[in-house]
Amino acid sequence: MTVRHLLRLLSLVAALGLWQLLTAFDVSVWLRFEQFPTVVDVAREFGERVGSEAYWQDLTDSLSRIVTGFVLAAVAGVAAGTAIARSRLAADLLGPVLEVLRPIPAIALVPVAILLFPSNEQGIVFITFTAAFFPVMVSTRHAVRALTPVWEEAVRTMGGGRWRVLGSVVLPGALPGILGGLSVGIGVSWICVISAEMISGEYGVGYRTWQDYTVVDYPGVLVGMVTIGALGWLTSTAVEVLGRRVTRWLPRTESRAEAPAPRRSPSWGRSLAGAADPGPLTSTKEA
Amino acid sequence: MTTPPETTTASTAPAPVLAPPRGTRLTLRDASIGRQGTPVLEGLALDIAPGEILTVVGPSGCGKSTLLRTLAGLLPPLAGEVDRDGIPITGPDAERALIFQDDALLPWRTLRANVELPLAIKGVGRRERRARAEGWLERVGLDGHGARLPHRVSGGQRQRVQLARALAGEPRAVLMDEPFGALDAQTRAGMQQLLAEVLRGTGATVVFVTHDVDEALFLGDRVALLGTGTGRVPHVLDVPRPRDRTAHDDPATVELRRTVLTSLGT
Ligand SMILES: Nc1ncnc2c1ncn2[C@@H]1O[C@H](COP(=O)(O)OP(=O)(O)OP(=O)(O)O)[C@@H](O)[C@H]1O
Ligand SMILES: [Mg+2]
Repeated sequence: MTVRHLLRLLSLVAALGLWQLLTAFDVSVWLRFEQFPTVVDVAREFGERVGSEAYWQDLTDSLSRIVTGFVLAAVAGVAAGTAIARSRLAADLLGPVLEVLRPIPAIALVPVAILLFPSNEQGIVFITFTAAFFPVMVSTRHAVRALTPVWEEAVRTMGGGRWRVLGSVVLPGALPGILGGLSVGIGVSWICVISAEMISGEYGVGYRTWQDYTVVDYPGVLVGMVTIGALGWLTSTAVEVLGRRVTRWLPRTESRAEAPAPRRSPSWGRSLAGAADPGPLTSTKEA
Repeated sequence: MTTPPETTTASTAPAPVLAPPRGTRLTLRDASIGRQGTPVLEGLALDIAPGEILTVVGPSGCGKSTLLRTLAGLLPPLAGEVDRDGIPITGPDAERALIFQDDALLPWRTLRANVELPLAIKGVGRRERRARAEGWLERVGLDGHGARLPHRVSGGQRQRVQLARALAGEPRAVLMDEPFGALDAQTRAGMQQLLAEVLRGTGATVVFVTHDVDEALFLGDRVALLGTGTGRVPHVLDVPRPRDRTAHDDPATVELRRTVLTSLGT
C-alpha cells in the first residue's frame, strides 16, 4: 500500500531472486552454490511435503514436545522463582543447586537425558523444559523482588493472608517481568527441541531435517529449515500475544499510546487473580 | 496546649450493651516507633477512644506515616506497647484499614475491582460485592468510572478510590494518611463532609493525618501535634463540639487554630 510496504516486499523478493540466480547459475566464487537447491526446487519440494502425512506428523511431534516442556517449565519456573524471592528458606535450599545447574546449556544435557529417561521422547521434553526453566525462574525472581511493597501492604491491611497476597499481588504484579522470561524461554526451548531432535529424535522437524541432510536431500533440508523458522515464529508470537493480552493494564507513555480504542474492561485482572487464588485454602465463600 | 495526652476521653461513652461500639480503642504506651531500628518518635503516649476521630498534624518527616503504619501493624514498635482494645498489635488485619499516602491501588485491577478486594477477602459473594463496590464508588463521586484502570484516572480520583476501598471493608478503625492531599478545595470539603457522615454511621475510630490545620480542626475530636518540642510526646488538643465549616471565625476555633499554628512553628 504505502511506499514503505512496497519497499519491504521488494526487499524480500530481491533476496529470493538473488538466491534463485546464484543457485540456478551454480555460482561458485568463494561461496559454493553448485549443490545448493534453487528457490524453485525448494518450493516444489515444499508443495509435495505439505501434502504428505509425514510432514504434519513431524510438525505436531515437535510442537507437542515444545508445548509440554515449555508449559512445565513455565509452571515450575514461576513457582521456583517466586519461592526463592519470597522465602529465605527456599532461597537457601533451592538457590545453590539451581545456580550450579544454570550455566550448563540445556543441549549439553543430552547425554544425561539419554541416561536418565527410558524414552527419547521424555529426554527431549526434559531438555526443552530445562532450556525454558532458567530464564523463567530468573525473571520471576527479579520481578517478584521488584514488586512495589505498598501493594502487598495494602492487601495485608485488608486482612489478606499469604495466599491472597500471592494470588492478588505477587503473581499479577510480577507478570510483566515473568513474560520477559517466557519470551526468552520459548526461543531457547525451540532451539533445544530442534537440536535434541537432530541428535536423538525419532520424528519431529529437527530429526527430519537432519535425516534429509544425511540422505543428501538438500531441498528437503531447506524445507525443514523454513518449517523450523515458521514454527519458531509461531510459538514466540503466541507467547508475545498472550503477554500483551494479560498486561493491557500497564501504563503507557501517552505520546506513543495507540488511538483510544474502546478497550475491553480488563476483566483478566479478576479472572487471573481468581485463578491464582487457591479458593478452598482461604476462607472465601464465593458464590 | 499542655493538655495531658490522654485521660481526656477516658470517661466518655459507656459502651452500650446491645450494640457494642464498632470502633477500636488504640493505645500507645511509652512507645518508640521507627524503621529499621532507628526510632523516629520516642516515648509516645496516646489513647484513642473507640469512635473517636483523632487528627494528626506535624511537619514533614516527623513520623506521621510511621505512626499510622505502626497502628496498622505493618511496623512493629521498637519499644513500648501498641495495643488495640488492650491486645498488642502484632500484624495487620482487616480491622484497621490504612489509606496510604502514596498510591496503593492495584494497577491491574479496575477501580471497582480494587474496591471489591477487601470484600472478596472477607468472602462476600461476587454479586453482592460488586453492588457494594458500586455503591462506594458512587459515594465518593466516581459512579460510572468503575471499569477504568487506576492509571487512567486522576490522582485525586485514585485517592477517593482508596477511601472507598478502605471503607468498603467496614473496618473498626480507619487510618488515613493525607487522603485528601490531592483534592481541590471544593471536592475536599465534600469529601470531608462525606467522611464525617460515614464515620458517624459506622462508629469507626479514625486517625487522620493532614497538613491542613483547618481540616484537622474540622474533622478531629482531638488534634495531635507531632514532632513539636523536644520531649516528642505529642501535644493533644481537644476540639470542642459541635462545630461546622462555617464557624471559622468562632473565637474558640480561631484560638485553637492559633495554638496549633504556633506550636507547629509557623
Ligand atoms: N522506608 C524508610 N526507611 C527508613 N527511614 C524512613 C523510611 N521512610 C521514612 N523514613 C524516615 O522516617 C522519618 C519519618 O517519616 P514519615 O514518613 O513517618 O514522615 P511523615 O511525618 O509522614 O512526613 P510527610 O508529612 O512528609 O509524609 C523521616 O525522617 C524519614 O526520613
Ligand atoms: Mg507521611
